[in-house]
Amino acid sequence: MAAVAPQAFEALTQPATVPRRSMRAGRRRRLNIFRYLVFTLFGLFFLLPLAAMVRFSLEGTKAGSWSVAAWTQIVSYPNLLGAIEITLELAVLTCAVIGVLVVPTLIWIRLRVRWISRAVEFLCLLPLTIPAIVLVVGLAPIYNRIRAHISLSALQLFWAYAILALPYAYRALIAGLDAIDTKTLSEAARSLGAGWFTVIWRVVVPNMWPAILNAMILTSALVLGEFTVALLLLYTNLQTSLYYISRETANAGVLFSTSAAALLFAFVLLMILSLAGRRRGHR
Amino acid sequence: MTSPVTEAHSAQSRAGVEVRLQGLRRQYGQVVALDGLDLTIGPGELVALLGPSGCGKTTTLRLLAGLEDADNGTITVGGKDITHQSASKRDMGMVFQAYSLFPHMTVRENVAFGLRLRRISRAERDRRALEMLELVGLSTQAGRYAHQISGGQQQRVALARALAIQPQVLLLDEPLSALDAKVRAQLRDQIRRIQLEVGITTLFVTHDQEEALAIADRVGVMQDGRIEQLGPPTAIYSRPATAFVAEFVGLTNRLVGTVSGSSVTVRGRDLPLVDLSTPPGPVTALVRPEAVTLASDSSGGSGPLTGTVIAITFLGATSRVTVDLGDTTILAQLATSDATALSAGSRVTLTIRPDPVLVSGAPAVTEE
Repeated sequence: MAAVAPQAFEALTQPATVPRRSMRAGRRRRLNIFRYLVFTLFGLFFLLPLAAMVRFSLEGTKAGSWSVAAWTQIVSYPNLLGAIEITLELAVLTCAVIGVLVVPTLIWIRLRVRWISRAVEFLCLLPLTIPAIVLVVGLAPIYNRIRAHISLSALQLFWAYAILALPYAYRALIAGLDAIDTKTLSEAARSLGAGWFTVIWRVVVPNMWPAILNAMILTSALVLGEFTVALLLLYTNLQTSLYYISRETANAGVLFSTSAAALLFAFVLLMILSLAGRRRGHR
Repeated sequence: MTSPVTEAHSAQSRAGVEVRLQGLRRQYGQVVALDGLDLTIGPGELVALLGPSGCGKTTTLRLLAGLEDADNGTITVGGKDITHQSASKRDMGMVFQAYSLFPHMTVRENVAFGLRLRRISRAERDRRALEMLELVGLSTQAGRYAHQISGGQQQRVALARALAIQPQVLLLDEPLSALDAKVRAQLRDQIRRIQLEVGITTLFVTHDQEEALAIADRVGVMQDGRIEQLGPPTAIYSRPATAFVAEFVGLTNRLVGTVSGSSVTVRGRDLPLVDLSTPPGPVTALVRPEAVTLASDSSGGSGPLTGTVIAITFLGATSRVTVDLGDTTILAQLATSDATALSAGSRVTLTIRPDPVLVSGAPAVTEE
């Protein structure tokens, strides 16, 4: 009996498990094919117009000839480098505002005043529902009043950008807070003698670093691509510069080369941010 | 490595402090979590709070840790009133139910965290962290992260981290509940061994009676924010003060009986009463399964203590036998060697050992 039982068990289980395993493998293969298909379709949807744009910018004056003139001309615009610089500074400043104000505030709310989180969520997501043009209508009198007394550089845009970036940063940070057991970790730290500042700085922040990085990437992406607020408040950033270049030049190729360069610039910057953050996360 | 636990680890050799909770009250909205709780834990003593969910045991521990504030009452540790002191200044080590290691730190860094906050030099905190890890048998895992070690190991690291700061009191909030049975038993014994070696005053909260009875010097059984009974494990089990304690700790047969004088008559047998002031009349007697013994009945006779085996549950060294007495069923706990002679359907005669029993008021009327 004892010798028969394992064989009988095997006989019973084998036919059931083998098809299940192959079924699972088949499903996984189908899922992978679907995944690659979707990825390819969306990739083509985004990349084809960009490739067409780059191709157009590389066309020479004669049909069938190629030239990089439209790309070399970019640097000949005197204001462009300044615009790039100011946009980068704006990205850094806006990220700093998010990092200094929003990150600790959300952690504090999670740890100490959770009952207020609904109201804060509503406030943080509100800019999503307000069109940029409406925001400008509200911000313009404030900026004008200040400008009447002090000359403001385009760097002042960071307050408006911090508001615009708030919903994206909020979602990224909340996802990070949801991913860790803040209550237990903070209580463990406090029982070991940590004050609230230490709990936030040494325990919670290091564990939500990927979320902070995501918030920074989203904020930077928003600042690098922002056009409406800067244009309507009469400031010059990268996007408005590109717009002015496109209006001034007779060469349509320059219009496309500058747009492609701006995209490439933003892409490379975000990649650097992401890689730097990942390396820190690994450490 | 650590020395084995010996008799030398007596209460006298412990260096812990006394913890006194007086009239603690905590209310959440309309729910009273603690209703004037009084508890004194002696120096170096391990007291386990046992009770069903929502009885207030975790609230008691959190109030002692300073993670919540009491509405009323006082907490004194070593004679010092710490009722309004913040958690970070209470000098208490705590092990949580959920895994609480800091994920971004290695095992060694986790254990050294509290020492770092106390501004102890790097060399000294590394030495003490390794010493603590040796105490819990994990010195080889010092360089690993929490996600690289098992749940049982994580709780041992949490214990080492809590002990590294040399706290006055150790608080254990169901630290074994997320672990599998074997690891749980091993870690339970390890906690007790270390607690005795260190001699630290400890409050252990659990809903697992086996855990509480095995580990504690004294067990407090809680219900509705109050301690129903506080005493040594043997007293809690064999001399429960209330029907709730009798039913919560261990298994209990509820048998109809009649009180007369100092005894209760259950199915024709007179059993002594725990509470001699019980008024005469019909009651439900609470009889432990191990007070019931069985013998095969080949005569085929009938009587109030004759029945048919309907199930035998193998529990290892012991087996639990369910016997149908016609009007009720009764559980008996026997040595497995005795239970092997029985099988489902066999007729048996029961004997109830005349241990003092508790009664819980008039028996419920069952509708046929």
